[in-house]
Amino acid sequence: MHKKTLSDTGGADTAPPAIYLKNIYKSFGAVQANKDIDLHVSAGTIHGIVGENGAGKSTLVSILYGFYTADRGKTEIFGAPVVLRSTADAIAAGIGMVHQHFMLVPNFSVLENIILGHEGSSSLQAGLEKATKELQNIADKYGLQVDLHALVQDLPVGLQQRVEILKALYRGARVLILDEPTGVLTPQETKQLFEILRSLRAQGVTILLITHKLKEIMAVTDNVSVMRGGEMVAHLETQKTSPEQLAELMVGRPVLLTVGYDSAEAGDICLQVEHLSMRDDSGKSCLQDISFSVRRGEIFGIAGVSGNGQSELLEVLAGISALDAGRVVIGTTEISADNPATPAEVKELGLAHIPEDRHAMGLILPFTAAETAMLGYEERGAVSGRSPFLSPDKITRHCAKLMTDFDIRPADPNLKSNLFSGGNQQKIVVAREISAHPDILLVGQPTRGVDIGAIEFIHKQLLALRDAGCAIILVSVELDEILNLSDRIMVMNAGQNMGILVREDADVQKIGLMMAGLENTGNIATSLASEKKGGKHE
Amino acid sequence: MNKDALPRWIDIGLLPLINLLAALIVSGIIIAIIGENPFVAMGVMLKGAFVYKGALGYTLFYTTNFIFTGLAVAVAFHAMLFNIGGEGQAMIGGLGVGLVCIALDSLLPPFLVVVLAIAAAALFGAVWGVIPGWLQARRGSHIVITTIMFNFIAASVMVWLLAGMLMAPGQMSPETRSFAEGVGLPQIHDVLNAMGFSVAKSPLNFSFVVALLASFGVWVLIWRTRLGYVIRATGHSERAAIYAGHNPAYIIMIAMAISGGLAGLMSLNEILGVQERVILNFTSGYGFTGIAVALMGRNHPVGILFASLLFGALYQGGAELDFEFQTITREMVLMIQGLIILFSGALAYLFAPLVARIYFRLKVPSGGGDG
Repeated sequence: MHKKTLSDTGGADTAPPAIYLKNIYKSFGAVQANKDIDLHVSAGTIHGIVGENGAGKSTLVSILYGFYTADRGKTEIFGAPVVLRSTADAIAAGIGMVHQHFMLVPNFSVLENIILGHEGSSSLQAGLEKATKELQNIADKYGLQVDLHALVQDLPVGLQQRVEILKALYRGARVLILDEPTGVLTPQETKQLFEILRSLRAQGVTILLITHKLKEIMAVTDNVSVMRGGEMVAHLETQKTSPEQLAELMVGRPVLLTVGYDSAEAGDICLQVEHLSMRDDSGKSCLQDISFSVRRGEIFGIAGVSGNGQSELLEVLAGISALDAGRVVIGTTEISADNPATPAEVKELGLAHIPEDRHAMGLILPFTAAETAMLGYEERGAVSGRSPFLSPDKITRHCAKLMTDFDIRPADPNLKSNLFSGGNQQKIVVAREISAHPDILLVGQPTRGVDIGAIEFIHKQLLALRDAGCAIILVSVELDEILNLSDRIMVMNAGQNMGILVREDADVQKIGLMMAGLENTGNIATSLASEKKGGKHE
Repeated sequence: MNKDALPRWIDIGLLPLINLLAALIVSGIIIAIIGENPFVAMGVMLKGAFVYKGALGYTLFYTTNFIFTGLAVAVAFHAMLFNIGGEGQAMIGGLGVGLVCIALDSLLPPFLVVVLAIAAAALFGAVWGVIPGWLQARRGSHIVITTIMFNFIAASVMVWLLAGMLMAPGQMSPETRSFAEGVGLPQIHDVLNAMGFSVAKSPLNFSFVVALLASFGVWVLIWRTRLGYVIRATGHSERAAIYAGHNPAYIIMIAMAISGGLAGLMSLNEILGVQERVILNFTSGYGFTGIAVALMGRNHPVGILFASLLFGALYQGGAELDFEFQTITREMVLMIQGLIILFSGALAYLFAPLVARIYFRLKVPSGGGDG
């Protein structure tokens, strides 16, 4: 094993560590979520924790922030032994947390959000004035400018995150825990966040960064700890490791981080979208005038920050939502507002769909794997038996074959779908849709919450399907995934097509700007300036 | 501590038994408080339900009612619809039986009339179920509210008809005339006696056979047909059903039609099996008890058969209890039934965490971790 203890790189070897954990254990029933965890985070460093879903990262963080109490083990914060029984204990010990999903009241101002729970006096006005002054100091010190009087719902996601950080600092946090902080950010916003983290470090704040993105670990951390199966498997100095080594430690075997991409000859156009527009139930426009076409044998990637219309676009193409204007042509069949198609009809046209939300759509959790493996194909006799009756034998055999072909574990067709791991659940969905031999495959977030080993497998399957002549439309918020697999990339922002790039022209910088809805760097500068201008209001 | 991690025999076997036991213990305590011996009372109840002459026939007669209404609740529940309207659907099913019999019993041979009446029971119940289904599917009116309201509407319709245009001429009570001779279901004791077995007289009739067939039919429908698969898929996840290419509105209406049809069939037992005319309030709350039966039977036909037998025994044995003890009144028996419904229905998973803890402690802990 790679277990070793490290001295910190961030200076001051004599100072006590910001976080010191020894032999932490935590179990839920029969499940040992954390086992003999040791952690040593030096003060004034950025420390990363990586691990796959289910490796125990969230449990460990919850223990540190007082959500759970460890079964046993020792916790010291800045050298002082502490027992964290509640989040109040954690805050008192100087620990602050920025959650993956922000804990903000949308229709409150930034200021109101920050003082929520710490109003300071019975008169709200006095509390607000005091807080304003104090926050101004903090903002100046750390370079965290936000308009305190802006409503949170009007702020872009990157600034909302900044509010969360301010909130933690305002509560006296000297240790800041960030749980998957970049999931909702554009590459530029991620860069800005890392700048902030570095400046916080320069001011002596200790940062614990929880993520599954190895690139980010490499970019910003000083040290990194790797978790697997509830245990710490390595503590490493970031400079002396590599993404490949980290991935191997996380999975327990060597993995390919990027599947080998070969360009392929694209064939005829088989799906065309022309001037597609759509409004959601509340009448808000969520897709505006989108046009593109996809050829056989290509992967057409759709990049964008989550919530910019990609999900809606997939649902329209799958026949789940109706479009309001424009048309979609699949083969020779036209779908428009006057001539809508149902999911069943679209399927008949040779389209298959790996949905974004596998829990709500792709699987039926209480069903057995065999029942889930025929969802959407129960009308096909080859899968389910002679109408109107089902043949349990056929259904089980169909599932067993998928399980062998796609290496789904455990290979038990009678196991309930919710008892499979995220990666294997996703493999059931992927196997089901690919085995239908579609001409067009819609893919939404194929590797969200999926372990690295399964990601590699799913990517290989998608490339193989493309090589077999299938047209694939791939939506993902993981930009790396889009860049690794796509032949062409469309970038979406606010329901609009910001442009389509061919693989050779696509780079993170360019796509990032398009994701933010900006065409050039000049616009980024103006947006930063307007942020600053907002700061002057107070 | 996932409930799904418990083996099936605990979920569908042990837990209902523990619930039943808990209800009986609480009932026993109350019986002891009013000064009777709970064990003696229990003995009387069991004898009353199974041992005395004709008791078993009566028990199975009540069981039949509960099978139909329990199945009705279960089918709707698989589509995640809470059909509270079994009572009304059974009444309207009975109305269908009555209309067919009165209109045709002088024109067609009795056998044909009975066959048509059975179909009418299912059809009328189905219509009474499908209207709330349609309101839910197309108008978003909650099925719980609408089915409750439809119970009241059904009750009013029955009063209006039975005290009005369907009332037997020259009669004072709100009921139809009796059906023609021979228009009714064969009695089981008649059949068995004819076959050479000596069986005491009871109201148990051919409806019981229909109920058993319906149970098997529901099992086939839910677990062995495409429609059943889609009903379950819709029930668990409407979005997944849409994704798979189905129309939940249509599935909801189908499920409610089947559910209403099963509830409607309950009327056979009372109207064609016993009364051979339509009377008021022949449903006597069986539709509501069907909810508890389905809950206790975990919405599975086999479970429903057992739960129906339990409730049938309670009805019949409870009546005996009321008869034998001065202190144990009809209300007391109702309370015992209420406790069983409470423990096996509303508190169905009360003991699940405890049982899970014991089970996992006894099972050798298997390490590993994903949290």
